[in-house]
Amino acid sequence: MHDQIKESLLKKSRATRSERRGKLISLFCTAIIILVVVSIFYFVASKGLATFFSNKVNVWDFLSKTVWNPGSTDSHGNPQAGAFPMIIGSFAVTLLSAIIATPFAIATAIFMTEISPTKGYKILQPVTELLVGIPSVVYGFIGLSVVVPFVRHTFGGTGFGILAGTFVLFVMILPTVTSMSVDALRAVPRYYREASLALGATRWQTIYKVVLRSATPGLATAVIFGMSRAFGEALAVQMVIGNAALLPHNLVSPASTLTSVLTMGMGNTVMGSVSNNALWSLALLLLLMSLIFNLIINRIAKKGEL
Amino acid sequence: MNSKKWDKVATGVLYFIAGIMILILAFLLIYILVNGLPHVSWHFLTSSAKSFQSGGGIGVQLFNSFYLLFLAMLISVPLSIGAGIYLSEYARKNWLTSLIRSSIDILSSLPSIVVGLFGFLVFSIQAGLGFSILSGALALTVFNLPLLTRNVEESLNTISESQREAGLALGLSKWETVLRVVIPEALPGIVTGMILGAGRVFGEAAALIYTAGQSAPPLDFANWNPFYIASPLNPLRPAETLAVHIWKINSEGIMPDASQVSAGASAVLIIAVLLFNFGARYISARVYRRMTGGQ
Repeated sequence: MHDQIKESLLKKSRATRSERRGKLISLFCTAIIILVVVSIFYFVASKGLATFFSNKVNVWDFLSKTVWNPGSTDSHGNPQAGAFPMIIGSFAVTLLSAIIATPFAIATAIFMTEISPTKGYKILQPVTELLVGIPSVVYGFIGLSVVVPFVRHTFGGTGFGILAGTFVLFVMILPTVTSMSVDALRAVPRYYREASLALGATRWQTIYKVVLRSATPGLATAVIFGMSRAFGEALAVQMVIGNAALLPHNLVSPASTLTSVLTMGMGNTVMGSVSNNALWSLALLLLLMSLIFNLIINRIAKKGEL
Repeated sequence: MNSKKWDKVATGVLYFIAGIMILILAFLLIYILVNGLPHVSWHFLTSSAKSFQSGGGIGVQLFNSFYLLFLAMLISVPLSIGAGIYLSEYARKNWLTSLIRSSIDILSSLPSIVVGLFGFLVFSIQAGLGFSILSGALALTVFNLPLLTRNVEESLNTISESQREAGLALGLSKWETVLRVVIPEALPGIVTGMILGAGRVFGEAAALIYTAGQSAPPLDFANWNPFYIASPLNPLRPAETLAVHIWKINSEGIMPDASQVSAGASAVLIIAVLLFNFGARYISARVYRRMTGGQ
């Protein structure tokens, strides 16, 4: 009897044991996520860097040369892995679509938070949610059957190219940027607006001079987040861009992006060959760009806190 | 007077742009449904695809999409709940936690094609799974985990501290408090996030073209033994999903009725995504009502 009490007091209780087990389980799940992130970086980097270390492609040549034909070699015996056309293509569609989408998204967000915060918000909130939910292949299909013919009729050329890619990406990133802008505008304290209105400013003056100014970091984050989405989008862009690994002459000539070349090429090359390694270098470039976008967003968020 | 006029002009412009936003969605939905729904029939939904002739269906692809979604959620839901609990309940405020948070951020912002290629390299080639449902489901898990984890963490964070204190005061351990008190209350938010995640996974293609593969061998729907190669349940067979199918027939262009089939398939995909979206709203409202005992 005496020993039993002593034992039960000294032994770890059932709750302690379940607590320990629970903590271990949740820690294990978190560790798996970390493991995945680390291994993505490790595997993509080890494959992507092979182009430079085992195939002896100069990093600068890779970034600036314009001939993409990694299976064959140039006069110096180096593989012709010049990714410049794809880099230009990716940046062109990203920047152009962000430039068009930003005013639309911010204006819609202002409408949802400042002009019509009850009725307009109730209508537009599900609209943006549904637009976010539409799968990217559907955007690609619509781009192929609507945007490409439209560009062909209006601007000439084949219709495939950076312009068509821009239009498709514009619609794709619009809802994302809008809903993040709404969050940024809603975070502006109410008394800022009240103070401005009390000074006799009109609603537009309040929006323009007070609300937008104080929401700038949040809005910038929204736009850069949209850009990182656009930069990494693969299939919708690949379907409308024309897939020619050439330096584009204009906005309606067939071009390519990092993602489109990856999508098309990975299945047609043999693992471990120069062409395959060069594709992994493109993937590494995409990975690094997404890291850079992430860093910029973090930097802006930190600045906004001050 | 001048500033008042500007105010009116600006308001008008903002109304106009908000209208455009609605028009874009309306155009997309109407275009897809009007072009696609006429091709959707029972035959279209159940028969298998044909490569070189017209009249093929999407039956196998549709089944693959749901099966892949099921497997992906089966892996990612428990993992994300565990990780979400850790971040919301156990993680201390130190450099390790912020490192974990930023790696989840990085993972969520990775382009899905990079996730797909990683899956191709690790699951399909190095783990020897080949183009299979299993490697596709694992790639989708990688794609889905960060967003689900963040959703679980945010839902748990909204639960007030006094609930946890009540649980602890009753003598429950922290883990039991989380399991019995906090999670039930956070369930509407968690379920909503899971369903929205399911909708995202259902339409995903870039992560799948090199993991689950681009071919859909015909299935024998009479044999449900998971080890039989043509069995629908076999997790090691290649499985083209609906989204991949749309991409594939549009970029290859050997199917004579590719645009009709992709219009029909897009309509099915959109309807599925809409159902996920409305389902999320409905279920979260219902779960909330049941949990709180309100009307």
